[in-house]
Amino acid sequence: MTGDPTGLFEHAPAAYVVLDRDGGRIREANGAFLALVGRSREDVLGRGLSSMWSVAGRIFHDTHLMPTLELSGRIDEVALEIVTAGGARIPVLLNANLDRSGEHAGEAAVVRVVLFPARHRRLYETELLRATREAEEARSRAVELARSLQQTLIPPVPPVIPRLQMSAVYRPAGAGDEVGGDFYDVFNVAPREWVVVLGDVSGKGIPAATVTAYIRHTVRDLAMQHADPADLLHELDAGLHQQDTDKFCTVVVLRLSESDRGWRVTGSSGGHPLPLLGHRDGTVVELGSPGSLIGILDDARFTTFTHDLADDEFVTVYTDGVTEARRGGGALLGDETLQRLVSRVAADPASVSDAIVAAALAYQDDVAVDDIAVLTLHPTRG
Amino acid sequence: MAVSVLERHRVRVTGHVDAQPMLFAHGFGCDQAMWRLVAPVFAEDFRVVLFDHLGSGGSDVDAYDEAAYSGLERYAQDVLDICHELDLHDVVFVGHSVSSMIGVLAQIAEPDVFARLVMVGPSARYIDDGDYVGGFSEADIDELLDLMDSNHLGWQEPLSGMVMPGPELAEQRAELDASFCRTRPDIARRFAGVTFRGDNRADLPLVSVPTLVLQNSNDPIAPPSAGAYVRDHVPGAVLEVIETSGHCAHLSAPSETIAAIRAFVLT
Repeated sequence: MTGDPTGLFEHAPAAYVVLDRDGGRIREANGAFLALVGRSREDVLGRGLSSMWSVAGRIFHDTHLMPTLELSGRIDEVALEIVTAGGARIPVLLNANLDRSGEHAGEAAVVRVVLFPARHRRLYETELLRATREAEEARSRAVELARSLQQTLIPPVPPVIPRLQMSAVYRPAGAGDEVGGDFYDVFNVAPREWVVVLGDVSGKGIPAATVTAYIRHTVRDLAMQHADPADLLHELDAGLHQQDTDKFCTVVVLRLSESDRGWRVTGSSGGHPLPLLGHRDGTVVELGSPGSLIGILDDARFTTFTHDLADDEFVTVYTDGVTEARRGGGALLGDETLQRLVSRVAADPASVSDAIVAAALAYQDDVAVDDIAVLTLHPTRG
Repeated sequence: MAVSVLERHRVRVTGHVDAQPMLFAHGFGCDQAMWRLVAPVFAEDFRVVLFDHLGSGGSDVDAYDEAAYSGLERYAQDVLDICHELDLHDVVFVGHSVSSMIGVLAQIAEPDVFARLVMVGPSARYIDDGDYVGGFSEADIDELLDLMDSNHLGWQEPLSGMVMPGPELAEQRAELDASFCRTRPDIARRFAGVTFRGDNRADLPLVSVPTLVLQNSNDPIAPPSAGAYVRDHVPGAVLEVIETSGHCAHLSAPSETIAAIRAFVLT
């Protein structure tokens, strides 16, 4: 080539070609380029550079590389594969620019292209991509597992209790890709006698889920042996102490028995927010007195309350995902706000659970930082 | 907060409000900047509308939904949404490459919105099928998707650094948005799959407006056989050959492209 007395072009330690702007035909090529593609100078001059890419590379060349060059004047670090005269494929990285400096003197613009073989880098990238894909697959499997596990923490279908309407809402924290610690269960222990349990196991993920599973089946077992909810919690506490886990939990147990006079509710709380007793006229009070956390203390205390549920009353149990919802990382929603909210919707007990969850979500801008479980029961005629 | 259709697609409108609309739809691999040498000329006589397909350029990538955009129908719906939002009628739709087929689907879905279709480098199917020559094999397209994986970095590289000096280049560069031709890699890869695995041959006979096919004389992406197929199957379509290489006549031969479109819309 002319004007290359010091070999800047010909002996450059990178494959270097100059192309016609229109059509991309090779005008000049240096020694490193000829060595890379395994062709003679006569063979490459006048040939389109894109004809030396793999077919996929040609698509990329015409849909992205050339338009980008035309519009922005340069393109960097494009990964392509050269197909040599012998048919071998060599991964390369390409940098190119559109040189219009000669246009002042009436010379057509040219495209300058430099190619670097990138075998090792490409191997590394391929490994990285494979690892990234595997990580993505593992993550989606974990999400799937979490969702499946989550479904075991609550009854698949809410049981139907004659003459007692139940509305339960369960909302896992965040995007639902982690197993939360909240759970509830409702089951029949005798004719006209039901047990409702709702709780929160410390922590999240698989360790919390295994403890939750233990508590759910243990409560079912103990409910057949102990009619008194406080006794049940004592046994549950003793049982969790014997488990090889540092997890603890809060639980509220309600036992609902129906007689000809109506529904009687007995219950006990183990470290859990107390059940709310609401009246359709808007009165809201707490039921019972606080008890110990389950699985931590050596001298845990639990007490049982009893209340005969009037036809215009309802009972709501909930987890602390409601009252500990935080606004902008600051103020808690709190017990008083919750009671005011329940009071406002008390005229329609069937709407209470939904209203509580909606308010807790709205309070934290629809991003639940903790699980939320709410369950409301009210007598119905008929 | 809901982002409007116009923001979502970075819609740019120029020209006379009362003039006939001319809507330019970019193809796979870039964004509305591709029309930079062609669209402004038409703003003298038309209401020129430019936009980015969702996932491309300056569009709102958060609105991209993998399942919804698994076929060209949703892209066509986006075009119609833009037309409705701007209350466009008698639209001259100018689509490059895959957007030609997006225009076909939009025109079939709502025939009254469009007056004419201009297809720049169309192909109703890129993969060969029996006697049909699209120019590529299944394996070629698989390889393209792999190639795009290894170009993850390159596709997001912002426009930066020095540019070789040229007469108007600095000025032209100033117009270019920093998001120019950037595409989120995973979206670009899916758009490539939707584009190059598509088959819209059965849709062509349903087009009911005058159609111009612009075929580049040497187009490695949409070979002459692909353009001829579109002409033969869109009722009444005419085909003009533009003497240029590559897949982007609007960049490599803008004046010929402008002249062909102008002659067509004046007939």
